[in-house]
Formats: sequence, structure tokens, C-alpha cells
Amino acid sequence: MSLYVEVIKNGNGKGEPEHFTINMGPHHPSTHGVLRLVLELDGETIVKCDPRIGYLHRGVEKLAEHLNYNQTIVLSDRLDYIASAANNIAFCLAFEKLLGITPPRRARLIRTIVNEMARISSHLLWLATHALDIGAMTVFLYCFRDREWLLSIFEKVCGARLTHSYVRVGGVRLDFTQEIIDELRRFTEEFPQRILDYETLIDVNRIWLKRTRDVAVVDAETAINLGLTGPVLRGSGVPYDVRKFRPYDAYDEVEFEVPVGERGDTYDRYKVRMKELRQSNWIIKQCLDKLKEVEGEPVLAEEAPDLLLPSRVREPEPKPHPKKGFVFTGKELPVVPPGEAFASIESPKGELAVYVVSDGGPNPWRLRIRTPSFVHISAIPELAKGHMIADLVAIIGTLDVVLGDCDR
Amino acid sequence: MGIEGTVEVGKDIRQIPGTPVFITPLDKLFNWARAGSLWPLTFGLACCAIEMMATGASHFDLDRFGIIFRASPRQADAIIIAGTVTKKMAPIVRRVYDQMPEPKYVIAMGSCACSGGVFRTYSVVQGADEFLPVDVYIPGCPPRPEALIYGLVQLQEKIKKESGRWGFWR
Repeated sequence: MSLYVEVIKNGNGKGEPEHFTINMGPHHPSTHGVLRLVLELDGETIVKCDPRIGYLHRGVEKLAEHLNYNQTIVLSDRLDYIASAANNIAFCLAFEKLLGITPPRRARLIRTIVNEMARISSHLLWLATHALDIGAMTVFLYCFRDREWLLSIFEKVCGARLTHSYVRVGGVRLDFTQEIIDELRRFTEEFPQRILDYETLIDVNRIWLKRTRDVAVVDAETAINLGLTGPVLRGSGVPYDVRKFRPYDAYDEVEFEVPVGERGDTYDRYKVRMKELRQSNWIIKQCLDKLKEVEGEPVLAEEAPDLLLPSRVREPEPKPHPKKGFVFTGKELPVVPPGEAFASIESPKGELAVYVVSDGGPNPWRLRIRTPSFVHISAIPELAKGHMIADLVAIIGTLDVVLGDCDR
Repeated sequence: MGIEGTVEVGKDIRQIPGTPVFITPLDKLFNWARAGSLWPLTFGLACCAIEMMATGASHFDLDRFGIIFRASPRQADAIIIAGTVTKKMAPIVRRVYDQMPEPKYVIAMGSCACSGGVFRTYSVVQGADEFLPVDVYIPGCPPRPEALIYGLVQLQEKIKKESGRWGFWR
């Protein structure tokens, strides 16, 4: 024991303090998946933090090159598996731009509802795990109770709890029934009270304030330079929201506010997410009212591609030939127009963007996914510097990273 | 069994009349204890981990089966492989499994852990059974919490039928 104390006191003999290097993860209950951090510590203070990723790299982008566009949506579920519907929408928006399809209004409204439901369920899971990591067990149980309600509605909508694949290129797979609309209405009526319940538990809790106030402060300029998006950026006071700046689906029809924080610390980001829960609830309410106006309309565009695209299409009509009469040229026609498309959405974690290149075949030639978690993990070294090792768990939690989203 | 003067009160359990003394094979006693308080190691890898959390949380409540998630491999009886095992992750899963004390059980949760699922790519191990002895397979992508509970109950049934397991290397 005394030897160790001496080493810490005297350093490495060159007058520099001795640093410990320890490993955190990839099997650690508070790293939200399989994130590994190599930490250099001076006592308990973090000097250097080095995130190692790739423990959940499943090769989704490569796999998508061998599947057709509708099949790719199934893979998108497994990226950010907490908010699958948001991923589906990002993929579909990019593909629709490529194909030049506009989904009908009812489909757009339903998509907006589903996106906000995904946001609520994602934020609830974030609050549950973030509070559990910091030490508030009760919040975890409360949040999961209400998340189960939302998942049961999802189940009525499409049959799946977590991986929906509900959104399709050109609209959505199934229409909302009256039962689902009634259930959602009941949810939106009761949910504001539930948010109050969580806030009563931790809003002015002394331990919560100690663990979150002035932890991982990011000012607006640093946040923009680090490439942070979503609630993390808004917590620093930048009112950037893709839903406002580049509205997709039905976001230009609904009213909502973009909550921002002031100090840019962990507590502000928590408050921003709590306000976002209320905004999402409000958006769902508005969309449910608007659904009445488009009662009975289709939810899938007529020109939407089939679930299984033909592998190749040849010229169907014989062409007149000066000498041979009529001939089949056999020229291959593009199944999907060649070109490229980009779409970005405000996923619960931040800005999720999809860039797709088509060469005319039934599969994407290249699919690139810009995920918020990947960028947020790259900000951990910057945020963790100078903090205690116990705060690291709060920092990972506040960035709301999902490793499936990061590693793809 | 047929010990003189004892009364059979349950299968393989005999009581000496008038006393609080029961006679039973040691196997049965150990299995009863092990099946009644199964502590699985939380090993969330991917999507299935969220359903595993949901199973342990308020709505489905695994505590009523005596199942409490344990974050340390040193105090765990079973490991739930919840999610895709990549080639980079497989050695770590194996190391965590090796750190667990005997007897230990493995549950492969979800299509990815059973067979690789939809991810037939260069980076994914095609099933956890390529490097671990899996006891229970739970298919689904992800399996519902009810499916996980059913899998855990099946594992309890398996534990109850063990004999000569304790103290022996599997």
C-alpha cells in the first residue's frame, strides 16, 4: 500500500505525476451498450479519455447494398433500436426523394405521430437509464411503466413492440384504426401528469442537482464545433431543430416550440428533454385532430414501389428495325432512377441523415448513414476532461448515445 | 427410497414423523435453491437488451420469479446474450463467461444470438453457440418479454433436473 502512495506522491521520477490507465467497458452496466473507454486518471480526475467503438459494428451499410430499398428499412430498425420509427422515416424520406414520390397527407400525419411516439419512448428510456446510472432507481420504474403503455399502442399499430418497420417508401404500411386513435388520445390526456410525476421525483432533488449541475458544461460555440445536434445542442442554447429548419412529413402543419437551455450543463439538457416530451405530446394531439380531416384517404402513395422490386427490367416493347422488322433490344431499364438523394430528420438523439446513391438497379449502390450517437461519442473526451470518474457515467448518459446507432 | 419409518411428503422428499427433519438427495436441495434464485448477468449487446431491461422493470417484473439482474459475472448463475455478437465482441463475451463461477448457464436471446439473424455480414458471429455452450435459445427479433420469461422458466426446469452437477466441471 505504502509503495502505491509513494508512486502517486512522487510520480514517475521526472517530476510528473503518475497517471493510472484503466479500462471501462465494453461490458459495463452504465455505458449504454458496448462502449469502451480507456481512461487516464490522476487520482480520480480524468486526464484523458479515449473512446473505443466498433463492438457492435454489424455492417449495415454494406448489407444494404445487397438488399432492395424496402428491405433496407428492416435494417434501419436495428440502428437506433430505441426509436426505430424515426430511423424508418429517415430512410424512407431519402428513398422517396430518389424515386420522386410524395406520400399522401394522411400518411404524413401518421408518420409525424409515430415519430413523436418514438421520441417520447426514447426520452423515457433515456430518463430511466440516466437516472438509474446516477442512482435514482424509482424514476426507472416509473418511466418503464409509461413506456410499456406506449409500446402497447405501437403493438396495436403494427404488431411489433420495438422494431416496427411500419413506415414504407411512399407512406405507411397500415392505417390507424379508431381504437388506436382513442387509445392515443387517452395517452396524450394523461401523459402531462406523468411528466409532472417524474419531475416531482428529481427536479429539485438535492442529489440529482449535485450530480448534474455544472457537469459537462458545453457552451454554444463548442457544441457547434463538436458537431453536437439534438437536445444536447439545444441544451447549450442553440435553437437548431431539423423539424423547424427543414420540415419533413407534417411538421410544417403543426405548432410546437423548440426548448433551449441556458447554461449547457447536464441539468439543462435534462430540462430540455423534459420540455420536449411535452412538445411531442402536443404535436401528437394536433395530428390526431388533423387526422379527422383526411378520414378514409389512402395511406400509401399509388406510385409506391412493390415490397420486392424486380432484379432487372428489360425493354418491354419490340422496337422497329429498318431491316429486320421488329426486334427486342433487350436493353436494361433502370428499376429506380439513377442519382443520389439526401434526407435528414430530427431523431430523438439528434440529427439523423441518410445519403443514398442509386445506379439504376434495385439495390442502393451506396448507403451512408450519419448517426448522432457517433458524433456524440467523439465529444466524450472533450466533455470528460477534468471531471471525476463518477461523473463520466452522467456524461455518457446525458449525451444519450446508443451503440447500435454509433457502430452501425 | 424406502427408509424405514419415514413418510413421503413430496417427490423424493421424506419426513421423519413428528420431527422437522426431511430426507432428500443433496442434488435436489441444491437444484431447488439454484432454480429459485437465478441471478442472470446483464449483458446487453444490442436491441434485445432493451427488451431485457423491460422484462426486469415494472411492467413484467422478473423479481417475482426470484430472478434479479446482477452486473458482475462473479456473482451470476446465468448469462443472457442479448443481442448481436460481433467478432470484436466475442472474445470479451467469452472472457466474461469464463469469469463466472460454476455451475453456469447460457441463454441466447434473439435471432442474432441464436443464429446471426439478419446480419449475415463480415463482422457478425453467426450465433453465440459458436463459442459458448448455449442452454436455452429464445428466437425473435427482439423476443417479447413474455418469451424471455418463458425461456428463463425453461432454464429453471432444466436446473431442477440436474444431477451431480455441483462441484463437477461441466
